[in-house]
Amino acid sequence: MSQTDAKTMTIEQPTEGRTFMGYLLEFDNVDDLTAAAQNVRDAGYTNWDCHTPFPVHGLDHAMGAKPSHVQWIVLGIGILGLCTGLFIQWWMNAVVHQGNVVTGYQYFVAGKPFWSVPANIPVMFEMTILFSAFASFFGMLGVNRLPQYNHFTMYSERFGKATDDRFFISISKDDPKFDMNRTRDLLAGQNGTYLEVLED
Amino acid sequence: MAKTITKPLSQLSTELDNTRDQIKQPTLVTGGKTFANVTEIVARVAEYPTAPRAWYIAFGGAVMLFGLLFAMLAYLISTGVGVWGVNTPVAWGFAIVNFVFWIGIGHAGTLISAILYLFRQKWRTGINRFAEAMTIFAVFAAGIFPLVHVGRIWVVYWIFPIPNQQQLWPQFRSPLLWDVFAITTYLLTSLLFWYMGMVPDLATFRDRAKTRLRKVMYGLFALGWRGSNRQWIHYEKAYLLLAALATPLVLSVHSVVSFDFATSQLPGWHTTIFPPYFVAGAIFGGFAMVVFLAVPARQLFGLRNLITLQHFEHMNKIILATGMIVGYAYAMEFFIAWYSGNPLETFTFFNRATGPYAWAYWIMVTCNVIIPQVFWFKKARTNLWIMWIVSIFVNIGMWFERFVIVVSSLSRDFLPSSWDYYVPTWVDLCTLAGSFGLFFFFFLLFCRYLPIVAIAEVKAILPEAHPGHGGGNAAAEAKA
Repeated sequence: MSQTDAKTMTIEQPTEGRTFMGYLLEFDNVDDLTAAAQNVRDAGYTNWDCHTPFPVHGLDHAMGAKPSHVQWIVLGIGILGLCTGLFIQWWMNAVVHQGNVVTGYQYFVAGKPFWSVPANIPVMFEMTILFSAFASFFGMLGVNRLPQYNHFTMYSERFGKATDDRFFISISKDDPKFDMNRTRDLLAGQNGTYLEVLED
Repeated sequence: MAKTITKPLSQLSTELDNTRDQIKQPTLVTGGKTFANVTEIVARVAEYPTAPRAWYIAFGGAVMLFGLLFAMLAYLISTGVGVWGVNTPVAWGFAIVNFVFWIGIGHAGTLISAILYLFRQKWRTGINRFAEAMTIFAVFAAGIFPLVHVGRIWVVYWIFPIPNQQQLWPQFRSPLLWDVFAITTYLLTSLLFWYMGMVPDLATFRDRAKTRLRKVMYGLFALGWRGSNRQWIHYEKAYLLLAALATPLVLSVHSVVSFDFATSQLPGWHTTIFPPYFVAGAIFGGFAMVVFLAVPARQLFGLRNLITLQHFEHMNKIILATGMIVGYAYAMEFFIAWYSGNPLETFTFFNRATGPYAWAYWIMVTCNVIIPQVFWFKKARTNLWIMWIVSIFVNIGMWFERFVIVVSSLSRDFLPSSWDYYVPTWVDLCTLAGSFGLFFFFFLLFCRYLPIVAIAEVKAILPEAHPGHGGGNAAAEAKA
């Protein structure tokens, strides 16, 4: 990963009497961000993150982040949808449940059998897609712990640019390897443009 | 942060022809725009203190038509379906024609957002957001018609499998019930797909917001998105999965709509060609609607560098290709009608082209098969006026296609004694106009208040979005 020319970094100092939350390092391009992400990964940090306005190719590897497993949630819920589609059609159209308040109703149409799976495929298919789509969206939100309206990066004045044209690395003070001075030195050694101290 | 903008939106961007250079990878964002430029171009549409005058005029018109729709539906529900022109052989009139028309419009949105995503067609990023919005509002417009054409709308919940005191259930072997499931699933899945794609862009709007109302509203719907890469990983996987789910879904929805016709015994409807023919027609008509909406939108909102001539040329090629498929289907229907040797089938098709509804048939053929042939010429594919006018013709043609299928087949069925001519009433016509009001009402609001172009996705296709591109923004600027 090629680094760009060295930049001068502004480094903030912690303020007395305010609660320290973590560090936030700003970059102005993806190359410097990716190179720095590799260094933070190699230093053994775990409770840290990169923030980018769009998904950056190769950053997952540079961060040592594990691939997503949302697909297994979707597969499970999708199969549930398929079974639901099959079951409701069988329950409602194929059988009469004697003495049950919620009973099925057998329609006799043109001498066709009450239960023949080909006629039930479209609804099974649609239910599979419906359940899977909900699982994709809400599974993604669940795995990402969204909605989350409070996060230590939001104490930053500059962080709004993370959805515009700037790239950030945030390291939380809760990281087991975190140390006020060593972490600051590690970040100060990267090719960033601004090292911010996040305080409540 | 945005500076105060004084020039009108439409004068803020430049027109550049990026359709010429076919050998190199075409530039999809013209004018050497940076990440910040992309944010600025899209966000200022929603941040500009006043919309372009054309927006107010269009919105006023849309509100009036939307009001007309409410009035027509109130009249229909309070009086009965007798206010429509439907009669005994033609029991499916405008309601079903409009329903199939609007559902078809929606399909291009899903094609652009899901299928082109799976095929890694990067040009989709400029247009996918509002094509998806178009899908949702078109499904709103479509959904009204089956709900009101049931006659007794106060028991419309019977179409859903809800336990009731009569112990009756829906009849799951009916394609009309498959429609209920297909359309509901389609609407919900499209909504999720659209909203999920919009979350990072809503976060952009939130971070730029200056008033408290905007901060709260955009912030609420941005779900606290902070561009975290650990979240992008799951987000991208989920987006891919939604695209993969929406792809078979969109093909299934119009196939199921075509089953409403194809599984009946009526000559002209009872054909196996219907599912692929309907899907191709839907994409054809839907792309025409995208062009119809995109041309004024990019001019008015200053999006010429994001929605470029290259995008339009691609869309026009798809219109040409799907138009040819539709033309082939028209020809093949005739061939099979003759080749089957079935006199009723042969008569139906002969009757379509020469009978009382021949005028509708030839409008359809002219608009759908003949007029799009101009897109063989590059001049037509890259001229905004020509493509805009062609897109109007295609929309008219596709509406008439559904009219021909529904009305001409029904009006002359098996027994000549039951034949009748269908004439829509003023209520039919006003309801159709009103459905356009509903569509444009929502669409214009979307244009004004939501990210009309997928900001994050467009940034990701800029060259400096890729590590190792050699410098990034700042270095590239220094060199230039």
